[in-house]
Amino acid sequence: MPLLKNDWVVMAIFTAATLTAPLWLSPIGAGYPDLLQKFAIFGIFAIGFNILFGLTGYLSFGHAVFLGVGSYTAVWSFKLLTMNVLPAVIFGMLMAGVFAVFIGYLSLRRSGIYFSILTLAFAQMSYNLAYSVLTPITNGETGLQLTINDPRILDAAAEGVAATGLPSTTLFGIEMSGYSGFYFCAVALIIGFFISLRIFRSPFGLKLKAIKSNQTRMKYTGFNTRPYLLTAFVISGMYAGLAGSLMAITDPLAGAERMQWTASGEVVLMTILGGTGTLVGPLLGVGIIKYFENIFSALNDNALHQAFAILPDWLENIVVAIAGEFVGEGWHLTLGVLFMLIVIFLPGGVMEGIRRISGWIRGRSRQAEQAPAAEATGGE
Amino acid sequence: MDAILLQILNGLDKGGAYALIALGLTLVFGTLGVVNFAHGALFMLGAFCAVTIQKVLTLSVKVKDESITFFEAFKEQPYLEIWFGDVGTAIIDWSVPISILIAIPIMLLIGVVMERGLIKHFYKRPHAEQILVTFGLAIVLQEIIKSFFGANPIPTPAPEIVAGSAPIGALFGLGEAVVYPWWRLIYLLFAGIVIFSVFAFLQFTTFGMVVRAGMHDRETVGLLGINVERRFTIVFGIAAVVAGLAGVMYAPILPPDYHMGMDFLVLSFVVVVVGGMGSLGGAVAAGFLLGILQSFASMNEVKSILPGIDQIIIYLVAVVIILVRPRGLMGRKGVMED
Amino acid sequence: MSGNIVLRIKNVDKTFGGLHALGDINLEIEEGKTHAIIGPNGAGKSTLLNVCIGRLEPDTGTVEFEGKNMIGMKPHEINHAGMVRVFQTPEIFPDLSVLENVMVPALAKRDGVFKFNALRSMASNTDIEAEAVHVLKDLGLGEYIHHHAGSMSRGDKRRLELAMGLVQHPRLLLLDEPTAGMARHDTNRTIDLLKRIKERGMTKIIIEHDMHVVFSLADRISVLAQGRIIADGTPDEIRGNPKVQEAYLGGAEL
Repeated sequence: MPLLKNDWVVMAIFTAATLTAPLWLSPIGAGYPDLLQKFAIFGIFAIGFNILFGLTGYLSFGHAVFLGVGSYTAVWSFKLLTMNVLPAVIFGMLMAGVFAVFIGYLSLRRSGIYFSILTLAFAQMSYNLAYSVLTPITNGETGLQLTINDPRILDAAAEGVAATGLPSTTLFGIEMSGYSGFYFCAVALIIGFFISLRIFRSPFGLKLKAIKSNQTRMKYTGFNTRPYLLTAFVISGMYAGLAGSLMAITDPLAGAERMQWTASGEVVLMTILGGTGTLVGPLLGVGIIKYFENIFSALNDNALHQAFAILPDWLENIVVAIAGEFVGEGWHLTLGVLFMLIVIFLPGGVMEGIRRISGWIRGRSRQAEQAPAAEATGGE
Repeated sequence: MDAILLQILNGLDKGGAYALIALGLTLVFGTLGVVNFAHGALFMLGAFCAVTIQKVLTLSVKVKDESITFFEAFKEQPYLEIWFGDVGTAIIDWSVPISILIAIPIMLLIGVVMERGLIKHFYKRPHAEQILVTFGLAIVLQEIIKSFFGANPIPTPAPEIVAGSAPIGALFGLGEAVVYPWWRLIYLLFAGIVIFSVFAFLQFTTFGMVVRAGMHDRETVGLLGINVERRFTIVFGIAAVVAGLAGVMYAPILPPDYHMGMDFLVLSFVVVVVGGMGSLGGAVAAGFLLGILQSFASMNEVKSILPGIDQIIIYLVAVVIILVRPRGLMGRKGVMED
Repeated sequence: MSGNIVLRIKNVDKTFGGLHALGDINLEIEEGKTHAIIGPNGAGKSTLLNVCIGRLEPDTGTVEFEGKNMIGMKPHEINHAGMVRVFQTPEIFPDLSVLENVMVPALAKRDGVFKFNALRSMASNTDIEAEAVHVLKDLGLGEYIHHHAGSMSRGDKRRLELAMGLVQHPRLLLLDEPTAGMARHDTNRTIDLLKRIKERGMTKIIIEHDMHVVFSLADRISVLAQGRIIADGTPDEIRGNPKVQEAYLGGAEL
C-alpha cells in the first residue's frame, strides 16, 4: 500500500470518511449527532494522548486535567466574552497548553512509573482543588454553568440588547447543536489528525520514537531529550484542552469530575485498545468503547430477554442473568474485562490484531504464489 | 498542645491504613517486580468480607413484634438471636472481629488465585502493561462488588463495647477534652501488630530471608536454585492478607463502598513512592507520616493560612519527594530509576 | 614531530569509595592517529572512557578536546563537540528500522540538540536518508536497511552502531572493544573496516582485549594497569616492554 505513504492521500481518505460518518455509521445505529460528536471529541483526546504515550512511551495518568482545564476555560469564554465557539476553543487550548508546560516541566524530570505518579498527583491536586478552594472559578460540585446575568462583553457590544433565556453556542451565528455541532468537531478532528500524521512522519516524530526506544543512547547521539519530551507533552495537553473545550460547546457546563483520574484512565484505555503508537488505533479504540458504551449501557434485562428469546426458558434466564451483569449499569464491568483481555492477549491493541490477520492472509497468498514458482525452477 | 496530640492521633489511624496497604504494595513490588494497581481492590475486598459476614450473621426472619400490642407489627429477627439468644446477639455484635479470622484464609486464597491466574504472566512484561492489566482487574473487582452490594456505603459497626471514645486526655493528664474513639485506637494497635508480624516473619524465618534477598537481588536468588516462583505466590498471598485485614478493620471507621479501593490505591502509591520503591520500612514510615501530615493540614488554623492545603497535602509531598529525592525517604539505589 | 593534539587528558584522578580507579592519568591523542588503550580487566579502561565521554566526572584533572575543557559537559554537548562513542554492548534503537537507526544520528548532526521540525515530512529529508544509506552500504549492511534493528545478530548490531557513529563524521571516535564477542571472520571484517576509516584520517581511541586487533590497527598504544598508565608508545615499543609483559601479559610472548 505505497499510496498510504502519501500524506495527502491519507488525509483525503480520512476527511471523506469523517465527513460522511453520519451516513456510513447509521446502519449500526451510530449515525446521530450526539454520539458522532462524542466520537470526534474523544478521538481528538486520544490522538493527542497517543502523541505522548505512543511516540515517547511516557504514560501520563493525569491527562484529564487538560480536558478539565479546556472545559472550564471554554465556559468562562462563553460567560465573559461571547457565545462564539472559536475564541472558546482557542482559549481552551492555550490554557491547557499553559498547564501542560507547568506540569510537564516538573513531571518530565522523572521517567517510568515516577512520571506516571507525578502526573497522577498533579491531576488529583487539580481535581481536589477544583472541588474545594477553587469554587469561585469552578463552581465546585454543581459545575460551571452559564447564567442569564453573564456579561458576555463582545456579544453585548454587538447586539446591544440582552436576549431572553440562556443563549446557545454559535459559530458566527450558526447554532452549534445537532449536525452543525458535529461538523465543527469533525473539522477539529480532521485538523488534529492531520497534525498528528505530520508529527508521526516528521524528523521530530522519528526522534520521539528513538527516545522511546533508547533514551540514554539518544543523549549520546547528541540530543537534549528533555525539550523534545516537553514539546510532545504540551502538544498532547493542547489536544486534550481542545477536546475539553469542544465538550463545553456541546453542553456549556464544566465539572470537576472531568479531571478525575478515572477520566485519565479512560483515555489510556481507549488508546491501548486501539493500538498505541499507531495513527488510527486510538480512533478505533474510541469508536469501539464509545459505541459499545452507548449500546451496552442502554440495554436492560427486558432487551436481553428479547435477544435470547430463542433459547429454552431455563437457559434464557441463566444467560440473561449473567449477561445482565455486563450491560446497563454493569457496562464498566464489560469495560474492565475487555481491557484485561486486550492487555493479556493483544498488547498491541486492535491494530495489532489487524496486522496479524493481514500478515497471515498475505503469508498464505504468498505461499500459494510461491509454490508453483518453486516447482517451476526446481526449488531452491 | 491538646489539639496537636489529637491531630497526631487522628492522623495515626489513617496512617495505619496507608501503611498497611503500602506495605503489601511495596512487598509485591520489591519481590515480584510487579506494579499492582489492583492492590487497593484487595483492601476493598477485605472491607467487604466484613460486610458479607455481618450480612450472613444477621440473616433474619420476619417475626411478630410482641412489644407492640395494638396492631399486628413485624420485625426482623436474626436467626442467630432465635437460635442462641443472647449469645447470638453477641456474635452479631462482634461480627467485625470475627471477620478477621474468616478474612485471613479468604484473602490468602484470593491472593494466590490472582497471582497464579494473572500476575504470574506479567513478571517479564513492561511496567506499563502491568499497570494496565491490574487496573483492568481493579475495575472488574469493584464492579462485581457494586453489582452485589450496590453503590452506597454500608455501615458496619464495631462491637458495642468499643463504640465510645477513650478518655485519652484523662489517662495522660492532658485535659478531659482529649478523647479518641476506642475503635481507632484498636485499629492503630492492630496495624502495629500486623506490621510487626510481617517484619518478624521476614526477619526471623528462612522464608523471609530468601524473600529479603530476593528484594535485594532477584537474579542471584534465582541462580541459587531456590524455587522463587512458589515463594512469590506466598508473598503475594501475604500482601493480599495484609491489605484485606486493613480493609476488614477499617470497615467500622469508613462504611465500605465499592470505590474505596481506588481512593486508597492512589494514596498508597504515593505512600510507596514517598517511602521509596521497594522499601518496607519506608512504606510504613511514610504511611504514618502522611497520615499525620494530612490530619494537621485539615486543622482550621492551617487551612485559614493555606486554603485547600488539606486537599492536596499528600500529593504535594509526593511531588516534592519524587523531584527532590527520587529514591524516596528510604529507597535503595537503582530501583526504577531512569 | 607530533601533529595536532585532539584530546589531552591531564592529571585525571577518580576513586570509587576506597577504590582508586584512575590515578594521575596523562594522555595525548594526536590527530589522525589510532590510539589503543589496553590493560587487564579492571585496569580502569572503561572508567577512562566514561570520563572522556562525560558519563563520569573525575575527582581532579581535566579532559581537553580541541582546546576546550569537557568536564561537566552534558553527553549531548560532548557529542556536538565532535566526540562520539561506540558502546561495548550495542546501544541501538531496537524498535526502529536499521535505516532509521542511522538517520537519527544524522539528524542530530543537522538539527542540533533540539529542533522542532514536527510538520516537515520525513519524505523531504532525502539528503539525510541518502547519507544513512551510503554509510550502511559502506559497512556492508545495505541489505538490512529495512530490517528491524532489534532482531539483528549481535555482530550486525555492533556494525550498525559503528555506522551510527560514522554518519556523524566525528573528529574523535571512541571505540569500546569493537570486536568483543565477535566471531573470527566478523572480527577480521571489522578490522578491515576500521583500517579503511583510518585511511580517511579519522582520529580514534580503541579499547580492546584482542591483541590481534590492537596490533593491526594502532599507531600508538597506552597500557593501563591498576588505574595507572604503565607504558605508552608505538606498537613495537610496547611489544618489547618487559613491564607490560609482566603486568598485563603475565610474561607471555606477544
